[in-house]
Amino acid sequence: MARVIGAVVVDKEECKGCSVCVDACPHDVLALHFEVNSKGYHYSYMKSPEACVGCANCGVVCPDTCITVYRTKAS
Amino acid sequence: MELKEVTKTEGTMDIQDILKPENLVYQKTKLLTDTPMHYCPGCSHGVVHKILAELIDEMGIQERSVGVAPVGCAVFAYNYIDIDWQEAAHGRAPAVATGIARVNPDAFVFTYQGDGDLASIGAAEIMHACNRGENILVVFINNGIYGMTGGQMAPTTLEGMVTATTPYGRNTDLNGYPMRITNLIAQLPGTSYVTRQAVHTAGGVRKCKRALKKAIQNVLDKKGTSFVEVVSTCNSGWKLSPVAANKWMEENMIPYYPLGDMKDSVKGEHSEN
Amino acid sequence: MGEIKLMKGNEVLAEAAIRCGCDGYFGYPITPQSEVMETLMVREPWKETGMVVLQAESEVASINMVYGAAATGKKVMTSSSSPGISLMAEGISYLAGAELPCLLVNVQRGGPGLGTIQPSQADYFQAVKGGGHGDYKLIVLAPSSVQEMNDFVDLGFELAFKYRNPAMILADGAIGQMMEKVELADYKPRWTKEEVAEKNGDWATTGKPASRKKNVITSLEMASNDMEVRNINLQAKYRKMEEEDVRYEAIQCDDAEFILVAFGTAARVCQKAVEVAREKGLKVGLLRPVTLFPFPKKIIKELARKTAGFLSVEMSAGQMVEDIKLAVYDAGSNARVDHFGRMGGIIPTPTEVVEALEDKFSWELSYGVKRSY
Repeated sequence: MARVIGAVVVDKEECKGCSVCVDACPHDVLALHFEVNSKGYHYSYMKSPEACVGCANCGVVCPDTCITVYRTKAS
Repeated sequence: MELKEVTKTEGTMDIQDILKPENLVYQKTKLLTDTPMHYCPGCSHGVVHKILAELIDEMGIQERSVGVAPVGCAVFAYNYIDIDWQEAAHGRAPAVATGIARVNPDAFVFTYQGDGDLASIGAAEIMHACNRGENILVVFINNGIYGMTGGQMAPTTLEGMVTATTPYGRNTDLNGYPMRITNLIAQLPGTSYVTRQAVHTAGGVRKCKRALKKAIQNVLDKKGTSFVEVVSTCNSGWKLSPVAANKWMEENMIPYYPLGDMKDSVKGEHSEN
Repeated sequence: MGEIKLMKGNEVLAEAAIRCGCDGYFGYPITPQSEVMETLMVREPWKETGMVVLQAESEVASINMVYGAAATGKKVMTSSSSPGISLMAEGISYLAGAELPCLLVNVQRGGPGLGTIQPSQADYFQAVKGGGHGDYKLIVLAPSSVQEMNDFVDLGFELAFKYRNPAMILADGAIGQMMEKVELADYKPRWTKEEVAEKNGDWATTGKPASRKKNVITSLEMASNDMEVRNINLQAKYRKMEEEDVRYEAIQCDDAEFILVAFGTAARVCQKAVEVAREKGLKVGLLRPVTLFPFPKKIIKELARKTAGFLSVEMSAGQMVEDIKLAVYDAGSNARVDHFGRMGGIIPTPTEVVEALEDKFSWELSYGVKRSY
């Protein structure tokens, strides 16, 4: 059976590191990076990309709309 | 768009095979401008702006839309959603929206107001606009505090809640009680759809978007005033991290301001509850 | 020749609004101008021209309804009387700050406070100097007849849109309540959607088509540099008004040794006072400012060079007299400026005015006029 897999792209310059997406992710894919962006925020990134199912919860809750979500089925 | 952080998914597929236009399931709506929002990290305003922008785009009403921004943190709402906007005086957005809607009956007019703006200084304007059944949408952000002026008490501040002007907690003898203004609004026959939502979870955001969609449709169908309260966080004002603020809201705000529809009808009919 | 009728000043305002293609009136009852909205409600213009009429919950609401509607590029107005205008002050400042054209009417009554419902001119400062916060000006028209109540509605809108600025008709309870013969204007159609877009599309919030950027109506600037630029532009606009749109009436000023300066109801009284004075052999003229802002400074400066004195006759403790003094000072003239007024809702009589003139200028009258140029 084909497995649903997803991926997210965080616009790290727009991210304010609020970590609401980290909290909203049901599969613990996201985390705040130890590095900061030019504004000084620890931006969100895919720490465990293999766990992403592309549910888009992170994108939906993001107040700064800096997350784009993709989903497909793995062959 | 920044792709450097994503390299490879282990095993099955290369990440670049997933990041293709045909696999896109969620992206920023084109109705949001490129101006970065000035809101604090984790602020609910950004989420509500986003779903409003998505709906205006999806419902194809950009050319008919006129937004009315409040005084408060959302004063710059006009920088973020790509429609025509007016900036109202503090509390007067419902009167401004009335003026727009009356002389432009085909426009989709909405106000976007906070708790200080709507429930305190603008209490008369919101009551009368709703009572007249103006064909407008009111988006009411209730985070129990004045955000922009530095975290003072709002009419909706909870009992015991610490703010800049209730440093020892809201004392009801001194300050009265937290106002459930949406419940009062639901009693007015001019309203059609009155609901209370929250956007602190993905499920909540999706529900809130459905509620806003219905509210907008009611306005387009000229059913009367639609009123959507969004119980929100002000993590800076509450002095909590964004995630902790969401949790605090769930444990404290929502029990006092329970979520759900309060009225779903057309103007001229009284609320059932 | 237009239709001629005998009408109250307040009724004429309503009739003129309908006929000049006004899109909306938002108001709140207050004596002595309630007939404006009452007349509109009887006329039901929404059935005839599509004009909207709405009774708001307060003056605070009505001025903000005007703000919202005006910001969509339409011709909208409100009317009130003194205490109501005070309530509107915030909204008027916002209208001026956001550069929105609209028509405001103040049918003045005596103040301060709840005051009286009788006519007064004590809101001169409030009308011409601001009234709300910030450096702004209204275009202020002072009618002294029911005919001018009619004419200034259309003129007010014309000037408001010329400058993207609120215009105010500063009347008083006497002009509002009295009945006179008036020649009504012919009907002008309301602007169509296309006309609004053509005339005001570059700023009005008509709904954003794909063809243009979004229009935003605001008076807010976070950076003080930007806010100063806004202020500089506003001041330039006010100077342009002073260049191009001063209106006044000079009656028997050519040979006058003394000039009465009065507007509105006081000007009617003074017109009679000029006759009384001339019968007594006093060479008196009347200067009637029609625009209180822009104030007719230039003519006052000219007159100051050939006149012994100015008597500002106002139904107030003396407000316009300050603007006359400034103009005379600017002219470098020695002409003396004094004031005579009645307050609390009292209209002076022509005899009182002449007596006041004789009293205040007794030195000049006894020892001869000292030419001051």
